[in-house]
Amino acid sequence: MAHTLQVNIVSAEHAIFSGEAEMVIAPGEAGELGILPQHAPLLTRIKPGTVKVKLVGKDEEEVIYVSGGILEVQPKAVTILADTSIRAHDLDEARVLAAKQAAEEALANRATGQDRALVVAELAQLAAQLQSIQKLRKR
Amino acid sequence: MAGSKEIRSKIKSVENTRKITKAMEMVAASKMRKAQERMRAARPYGEKIRSVAANLSHANPDYKHAFLQKRAEIKNVGVILVTSDKGLCGGLNTNAMRLMVNKIKEWEAAGAKVQSTAIGNKGFGFLQRYGIPVVSHIIGLGDKPHLEKMIGPIKIQLDQFAEGKIDALHICYTRFINTMKQETVCEQLLPLTGEKLGAPDASWDYLYEPDAKVVLDELLVRYIEAVVYQAVAENIASEQSARMVAMKSASDNAKKVIGDLKLSYNKARQAAITKELSEIVGGAAAV
Repeated sequence: MAHTLQVNIVSAEHAIFSGEAEMVIAPGEAGELGILPQHAPLLTRIKPGTVKVKLVGKDEEEVIYVSGGILEVQPKAVTILADTSIRAHDLDEARVLAAKQAAEEALANRATGQDRALVVAELAQLAAQLQSIQKLRKR
Repeated sequence: MAGSKEIRSKIKSVENTRKITKAMEMVAASKMRKAQERMRAARPYGEKIRSVAANLSHANPDYKHAFLQKRAEIKNVGVILVTSDKGLCGGLNTNAMRLMVNKIKEWEAAGAKVQSTAIGNKGFGFLQRYGIPVVSHIIGLGDKPHLEKMIGPIKIQLDQFAEGKIDALHICYTRFINTMKQETVCEQLLPLTGEKLGAPDASWDYLYEPDAKVVLDELLVRYIEAVVYQAVAENIASEQSARMVAMKSASDNAKKVIGDLKLSYNKARQAAITKELSEIVGGAAAV
């Protein structure tokens, strides 16, 4: 089986697809890419779209939706590091803004009067409790 | 029957507590299995991205990304504290917080200022009370963490690193070793050191579209996100197994308490019977 590609599509949360294929079609950033075995090593970003995987010895093709990511091509393998959600610079900025706002709100709502020393004391107390529990367990 | 009623109600209440802890133990056990699977599922992505990034940074020695450059002086440190949202999981959160406090003391002794990102409710409350500036936080991740929620809060720290507002970024979380054993760790995320990325496995180079810089920039951000995601997934698995163990020992303790209480209940009952008998016998003798 010299003329097949080992295809792996993984995202940070789970593996999406894995298998042997004759050809992979992916939406590269600079245009649609059709990858056959013995392709030169290539690394590119892919746009949100569908990846088509032509399976070995089967007529139908596997169609997988990816919301962008990075495509790595080796002569005998294709790996797609898929994003779990649609990523764009603006969207990421919006996420940052939302996170910043949440942090500021939390700061404003913070309970006053409780100071650092109190927390340290609390932590020390918890640590002491923990130690005694561990001692008890050893007995 | 002196006090026997009180003892009976006490036994009842401890039995109810035991039912709850037992149920929580079983819930945690089943959640733990799923959390472990999720943790394992996240691994291939991190490994793949790391090997590609190693290859890339090796193939392009002339282009140094900000994430890969070591700063001469560490003036400001960012730290991400990963904790659980809920309590009743033994010393899991306390241990992570204690490790972080020790680290913060070290950094402050070296003259660095610290800012933090909190992942998880417990750590968020703690950091606020402790007085470390919290630049971003994520709470309510649930049992199934989503990377999407983490992008914004992580990017705040990454941006600050790129802008030079912080000179190092660390992450404190609880690593899952096995059901009985979890380990709190504090790792450096940024700058990425060469050994962390590992040696490239070949000396060839890729074709790049559109160019190496763009791809490398994106890869490194993804890499950090993947590492943080992995840490969160491990933390959740640790949380569930710590909770399971804690609830198991709580159930065992409740069982012991019930045994003790039953013994004293029976003793009290026996004493009352003996007293009554001796009263009857005494009364009969008097007649």
